[in-house]
Amino acid sequence: MKVIVNIQLKEGVLDPQGKAVHHALSALSFGGVNDVRIGKQIIMHIDETDKTQAKEKVAQMCEELLANTVIENYEIEIA
Amino acid sequence: MKVSIVVFPGTNCEMDTKYAYEKLNADVELVFHKDEKLPTDTDLVVLPGGFSYGDYLRSAAIAQFSPVMKDVIRFANDGGKVLGICNGFQMLLEMGLLEGAMKRNSNVHFISKYHHLRVINNENMFLQKLSVNDIVNIPIAHGEGSYFIDNKGLEKLYANNQVLLKYTDENGIDKNPNGSVDSIACVCNENRNVFGLMPHPERAIETLLGSSDGVKMLEGFMEV
Repeated sequence: MKVIVNIQLKEGVLDPQGKAVHHALSALSFGGVNDVRIGKQIIMHIDETDKTQAKEKVAQMCEELLANTVIENYEIEIA
Repeated sequence: MKVSIVVFPGTNCEMDTKYAYEKLNADVELVFHKDEKLPTDTDLVVLPGGFSYGDYLRSAAIAQFSPVMKDVIRFANDGGKVLGICNGFQMLLEMGLLEGAMKRNSNVHFISKYHHLRVINNENMFLQKLSVNDIVNIPIAHGEGSYFIDNKGLEKLYANNQVLLKYTDENGIDKNPNGSVDSIACVCNENRNVFGLMPHPERAIETLLGSSDGVKMLEGFMEV
């Protein structure tokens, strides 16, 4: 089963990378961009066949390693 | 005094730290991350600077699961002294031995230069040889050194005197190189036995090489 994890800085936590990219887009004259936030995506293939179980398992991975829940949120998508 | 310095793949400050503590007449042992146990006579564990596991995923995210770290956590929870410098500070945050988290520097650049710091609290082993409002000048070298903690956590740190050093200019006025909350450079845990800072005291121990301000900091652990 293919699982996609999207990790993002929490709302209210300033994202300096996003801000720098936003500046660069402005410098390239791409107007109308209001906000840029950068996250990461982790794609896994796991043995689990049950979707609920897979989600639970991956949530545990996120809590223990994949995300730093002090500053980051995660979303799990079963593809 | 026995200092155990933990070495991970990607650590690069272990020899500087060893040199510094040997200069202070400590008995120093490098401990490999795959070891199961710390040397039994350990008085102080140092988690040194560097780029453990290539900073993959997040700085210090993976180092916390090295075999020896179970024993480091046990040591810390038993009241043992632990000092995390730079990447070591990031590890202590990732492991939850210190509160908060580390983010990319606000200017997105790796910063490597001398920086002044002001002592906020000295009622602890680490800074006992310095006085409140003393200013030290020691190197910083990091890309992910923007300390973050939420307002509630910050209030708690202040209430318990856990904020130990702040980034300042040479006159002690707050000057923030990396976007850290309240210009914080160093914190400790509630029990005052676990310490973390981004600046490198082990790189400031020879006047000839720029500064020896780190000596008084590292020395704090020698006298208990």
